[in-house]
Amino acid sequence: MTRTILDPTNETTPATRPRLPRLESLAGVTIGLLDISKPRGDLFLDRLQENLTGVGALVRRYKKPTFTKPAPVDLRQQVAVECGAVIEALAD
Amino acid sequence: MASGAAPCGLVAFVKRDCPTCALVVPVLRALADAGPLTIYTQDDPDFPERLDAVDDTSLEQSWKNKIETVPTLIRLERGRETGRAVGWQRGEWESLSGVDRLGTDLPELRVGCGSLSVDPRHAPALRARFGGAILQARRVDLEAEDDFEAMFERGWSDGFPLVPPTAERVLNMLDGTTRRPDHVVAIVPPSLVECTVEKVAINAVMSGCKPEYLPVVLAAVEAACTDEFNMHGLLCTTMPAGPVIVVNGPIRHRIGMNSGVNVFGQGNRANATIGRALQLVVRNVGGGRPGEIDRATHGNPGKFSFCFAEDEEGSPFDALATSRGLAPGSDAITLFPGEGPRCVVDQISRDPESLARSFAVNLRTIHHPKLIIVFDAILALGPEHARVFRDAGWDRQRLTGRLMELLDIPGEELMRGAGGIAEGVPGDLAGAVLPKFGPNGILIVHCGGSAGLFSTIIGGWAGGDVGSRPVTREILR
Repeated sequence: MTRTILDPTNETTPATRPRLPRLESLAGVTIGLLDISKPRGDLFLDRLQENLTGVGALVRRYKKPTFTKPAPVDLRQQVAVECGAVIEALAD
Repeated sequence: MASGAAPCGLVAFVKRDCPTCALVVPVLRALADAGPLTIYTQDDPDFPERLDAVDDTSLEQSWKNKIETVPTLIRLERGRETGRAVGWQRGEWESLSGVDRLGTDLPELRVGCGSLSVDPRHAPALRARFGGAILQARRVDLEAEDDFEAMFERGWSDGFPLVPPTAERVLNMLDGTTRRPDHVVAIVPPSLVECTVEKVAINAVMSGCKPEYLPVVLAAVEAACTDEFNMHGLLCTTMPAGPVIVVNGPIRHRIGMNSGVNVFGQGNRANATIGRALQLVVRNVGGGRPGEIDRATHGNPGKFSFCFAEDEEGSPFDALATSRGLAPGSDAITLFPGEGPRCVVDQISRDPESLARSFAVNLRTIHHPKLIIVFDAILALGPEHARVFRDAGWDRQRLTGRLMELLDIPGEELMRGAGGIAEGVPGDLAGAVLPKFGPNGILIVHCGGSAGLFSTIIGGWAGGDVGSRPVTREILR
């Protein structure tokens, strides 16, 4: 006998999008460096910035107000508009 | 009157197994002779004989017309009900039908019998069958699988078995609130999806809640999904904390919550299932599962469920929710981002200063004795400890204030390297004094069994603007 129960989930299906093609070169490309406000993330990103500028990339720095919450929508939009790629320093 | 009935005239609901229905058969014949009459019969399509009764053994028309008693006589005009008589009352039936001298050889009045559509053996199934349309959730049909294994396999469980959320059970659960099933309670992280009252009710059923617990679960879901409480961060963190629900107000007694012996332990249905329901909503609606978004290094057993009531009646202090701004006597929850509980033993102190010092040295150790400010705490005052403060006339403010004073810590003890321990606060703190807790960082709750000179500490995780703040919400039915 069929028993029917109700779905407790949000019933959504995650959207899948193809990855952007890998960058051929970093020269002249704007790379965003996102500090999530974890301790010592800035040290890691400083070093990355040196390396990236050394190979001709342009670097923009961004910072989340706190590592415990998702990045504000405005910040996500700004990074998407201004950068060709972004690197996030996830943890201390 | 629901569709399927005559648009004008009279409609009667009867069953053979009702002496009053049998009594009024001659009256029904008289009414049938006088004008349009539709008779629905609940138990025997041949009753009443030779009156062409409509078979309502499915009870669909009886349920849809909210028949509680048979016989019931309804008058319809242009498809709309304009009056009804319940049981046999000559005057009412004559007035409703416009036919005089009905059943003159019958008694003036005879009460009816219960309608089969409200019989507890049938009513839940009828509601699910004919009232289930208000439920929007996807139906999942289970065939050969075992119901309980099927729910495990779909990833809905926290590890314990779940109660199958049938439409009957979910509709029954929804009786616990006045809110509409499609009302959006909150946007639940981490997937940030709208969560309706219905979805909360489904998860509450699976958790094992009774309908009267649902308002507490709804308040907890609302509180968890605020920016202040930051359920997203609490879920993602590698730290061991999860949502802890403290319940205040008369609802504690109405739903039978435990605030006494073994208050944080097993054995009370309301405590156990309300906390679990919140976590199931986060898991199933929000999509927050361990090993995915939930990255806790160790977690803690309270992440199955951590919910308890305050013993307000025995407390020397005002209720926690009152201290946080709600009117005394309010039904309320306070949601705290907490780790597992830890006991403070002090069986010797009989004066409040000594006991406060015991609490302070233990509170200092939350997460690390050299880490400060970012962690809040619940101090769950046991009744035997509470008595010391009551006898000395200390109120909540005095104890909290004294703890804050005692937890002002010399910077030299906190600096990195101090005590031969690399962990600590960065910078040169020589000469500085720093507080262990931020403002309002200590929440005192009175609960526990009457024997034992113990209290309990529940540490928080990242507090304030960078993490989670405790949130107090009124429980609305």
